[in-house]
Amino acid sequence: MIPELGHLSLIIAFVLAVGLTVVPFWGTVRGSAAAMNLAPSLSIGILVFTATAFGLLAVSFLQDDFSVAVVAANSNSLLPPIFKFSALWGNHEGSLLLWVLILSSWMTAVAFLSRGLPLVMIARVLSVMGLIAVGFLAFSLLTSNPFERLLPNTPLDGSDLNPLLQDPGLIIHPPLLYMGYVGLSVPFAFAIAALIGGRLDASWARWSRPWTNVAWGFLTLGIMLGSWWAYYELGWGGWWFWDPVENASFMPWLMGTALVHSLAVTEKRGVFRSWTVLLAIFAFSLSLLGTFLVRSGVLTSVHAFAADPERGLFILVFLALVVGGSLLLYALRAPAVASRVAYEVVSRESLLMVNNLIFTVAATIVLLGTLFPLVMDALSLGKYSVGPPYFNAVFVPLMALLMPFMTFGPLARWRQDSPRRWLHELLVPAVAVAVLAPLLSVLLFDFNLWVALAFLLSGWVTLGVLKEAWHRLTVGAPGSLQWRRLSPSFLGMALAHMGFAAVVLGAVVVSQHSEEQDLRMAPGDSAELGGYRFEMTRISQQPGPNYVADQAAFLVTRGGERIATLTPEKRRYLASNQVMTEAAIDAGLLRDLYIALGEPIGEQAWAVRLQFKPMVRWLWIGAFFIGIGALVTVLDRRYRSQTVSGEVAGSVKGQGLGFAS
Amino acid sequence: MRDGFWGLALVLCASAMAMKVHAVIETYEFTSPALEQRYHQLSQELRCPKCQNQNIADSNAPIARDLRVVLVEQLEAGQSDEEILAFMVARYGEFVRYRPTVDRNTALLWWAPGLLVGAGFVALALHFIGRRRMPAPALSDSEAAQIKALMAEKDP
Amino acid sequence: MQARRFIPLLGFALLSLLLFRGLSLDPTALPAARLGQAFPEFAKPELRSGESIGVIDLKTRPALVNVWATWCYSCRIEHPYLLELAGAGVPIYGLNYKDDEAKARAWLAQLGDPYQLNIVDVEGTVGLDLGVYGAPETYVIDGDGTIVHRHVGILDKSTFHADFLTWFPSFGAPEASLTTRGSVAK
Repeated sequence: MIPELGHLSLIIAFVLAVGLTVVPFWGTVRGSAAAMNLAPSLSIGILVFTATAFGLLAVSFLQDDFSVAVVAANSNSLLPPIFKFSALWGNHEGSLLLWVLILSSWMTAVAFLSRGLPLVMIARVLSVMGLIAVGFLAFSLLTSNPFERLLPNTPLDGSDLNPLLQDPGLIIHPPLLYMGYVGLSVPFAFAIAALIGGRLDASWARWSRPWTNVAWGFLTLGIMLGSWWAYYELGWGGWWFWDPVENASFMPWLMGTALVHSLAVTEKRGVFRSWTVLLAIFAFSLSLLGTFLVRSGVLTSVHAFAADPERGLFILVFLALVVGGSLLLYALRAPAVASRVAYEVVSRESLLMVNNLIFTVAATIVLLGTLFPLVMDALSLGKYSVGPPYFNAVFVPLMALLMPFMTFGPLARWRQDSPRRWLHELLVPAVAVAVLAPLLSVLLFDFNLWVALAFLLSGWVTLGVLKEAWHRLTVGAPGSLQWRRLSPSFLGMALAHMGFAAVVLGAVVVSQHSEEQDLRMAPGDSAELGGYRFEMTRISQQPGPNYVADQAAFLVTRGGERIATLTPEKRRYLASNQVMTEAAIDAGLLRDLYIALGEPIGEQAWAVRLQFKPMVRWLWIGAFFIGIGALVTVLDRRYRSQTVSGEVAGSVKGQGLGFAS
Repeated sequence: MRDGFWGLALVLCASAMAMKVHAVIETYEFTSPALEQRYHQLSQELRCPKCQNQNIADSNAPIARDLRVVLVEQLEAGQSDEEILAFMVARYGEFVRYRPTVDRNTALLWWAPGLLVGAGFVALALHFIGRRRMPAPALSDSEAAQIKALMAEKDP
Repeated sequence: MQARRFIPLLGFALLSLLLFRGLSLDPTALPAARLGQAFPEFAKPELRSGESIGVIDLKTRPALVNVWATWCYSCRIEHPYLLELAGAGVPIYGLNYKDDEAKARAWLAQLGDPYQLNIVDVEGTVGLDLGVYGAPETYVIDGDGTIVHRHVGILDKSTFHADFLTWFPSFGAPEASLTTRGSVAK
């Protein structure tokens, strides 16, 4: 009964979504305020019914209802309850339901937190989001129904959740990621609404900014979590593989970064209007493209859901309609006249233009590399592979190119600035950093040119931010620190930029200086690595809730002093008979010590991998700050005010059917 | 999530053993640390021909293990990186290289990043040069008169 | 309405075409790298006789080279069809890949032997030279010993009829040819 109710809820949600797409939009065409006012209620309706469907599916999982196909395929009676719940989104059908749930949440949030916006705008925005909901609900109902039942041959128990997914990191990673992917539909909807309304001034940018920042922030956190999970779960100490599915999340992030910055420029200066609209369309299009790549079987990946070309075709048609339609709208309605607000070569606008360029190129490059094997295959030119060696070779220089510009960004003035002022501001500290950088490289590890360069570039970026912070604190009122001038907007930017610098530093240091050893160890054996001594003390059997494990205990010392006891395991999961390594990590700010068990050798010995990973945590701590920084910017007072301010520079048309409040 | 992978593995070559899903940790003895370094680097550059996008260093598949053994043998035999890669490509095709070779087909792939960035900067430069040539819009006579009147209004 | 505003749309249209094409391609399918090249030289014992054989022994007429092993479950599924093909006169050579000789002989004794000759490749070196990455695989070689086709996976009737008839035209309808040959052989 429960699955049928869930199915029904989903169908109702679909019908409401169709209503949301059509009715308010019709309202904007005919000037019917009543029709337009239905939009928020319809949004809530979709949320309620989608949440109900989600809840009912969760109940099926938690009650071990193996007559529901996805429960049978992804769960098991021995599975701990928290994983029974998260198994809901560990598969194609359930994750789609999560997608739609998150979309309807965003929709409702937009409906109720946009009091200051003209009704026409809200109606259009929600209509567009409704259209997306229609697409995904149709996809779910027609091709990937999570409520399919296995009757009358109901299995006695389920196939179990893949042990790799039985992990807390994997519980939050998809929801965070989807908050980001799906959240990018909000600036997309705003861009489409602005194009339809013909009003591409600074207002749409201002309205979209908080939504975009939050979505992008969540996307950052989701990607960060995925990387961290891969590191501690997979046993090889890697944190990014440039796998197509990873790239599918990274491309929207890159485009989203450009969008976040471009929106700032359009809001404050009224320029970059076409760029920003296009970026908003591109960012969400890449989200949709990611959905396609992950579920269609067009590319091989260890992460992909089970491939199904029929489902792929559905998504492709939907993609073609939504993206094709929006790009057509752009071609027809993008502003023909460039804004007259000029800026000089040396100005903040100019630096942000370079930022747009580099991130757009980066996203394009990742797209090209990911699709290249497909292109070659489609043209019958052979089977090629494009992997980490390629991506690292082209991506790293791009980021290195970006960073000097990033140094001056926070400092630069709008419209017109002078190189002499920059020199005056930064020359002395920049030289200090330039001297410190190689020194740090020598002091902390052996000298390495790339590491020194990373210290230099990251140091400069941090410097630029700190200098501007100092300015704000001290300018105008000598002798006191004006903390109030550090607005959430600025603080968020500062956190994010410094986070980025940390990520770059961590990535370079860990790639250049990590050490690893694979060797055979038995109890009593010891090995040296990275200045630490690893001694295997014992091997024992440890049972778990749904597995049995062989556990090895290691004593780690440095210069005779005890540092840690680490217990890596090799687990065999009872339901599926799958074997998995659970690595043991001693985490530290400056280094991680990492031990993973391989295969048993003989009676008492094991193949063991020891790793020394310096500064690897900086990657995720930095990424965390990027995400948090984005979320902090939204606390700024200007987004909490309800009134729409008067005409902003660059606007062309009048208010139309707007409701000022 | 890994259904496709399991399906493929089972069809091609099932074994009665439990399926392993992890990084491979094997112990090879190398005659020099430089060789071990090259082993790590090459085993990450070579793709497992059978797996769902894994390099031979990380894959548990039998063919990946065989290729690792071959790699060690070739390294110890004094083969250069190019020779080893050519050996693998002759048998498994370009598919097995994660760093695509630079040939006519892949020219676009390798040149694109530089070209795109370069083109972007050129476009930026042209944009600014164009701006410089375009004179600022001048006030028409009526507009000039309007401003004059407004200014007079302001100062009593 | 500027023309260059249509560039993103155009680019996306091309991308869609590519992705549509991609839906009908198989990214995991790997054509043999040795296609069009001579079957690699080898010197290995033959399974039944123990004598050393080489490429020369394969170079008489168009034939199949089937890569198999006793540990390979799919090979067992494929085996009856191989017997059928052999019975219909298709020459099949076997490459016993990374297997145990005694087990292999016992297997064939129990299930039937469709192979003209069976190469014992315990180390897998012949397989490596060929570009084998898993069993079962079936290669087609022509009379000169050139590799002209490879099929990865179980070889069954539909596959044979779809891909292999170019080199074995007279086996288009195995049942019919059996009857004909049967009556002629009398």
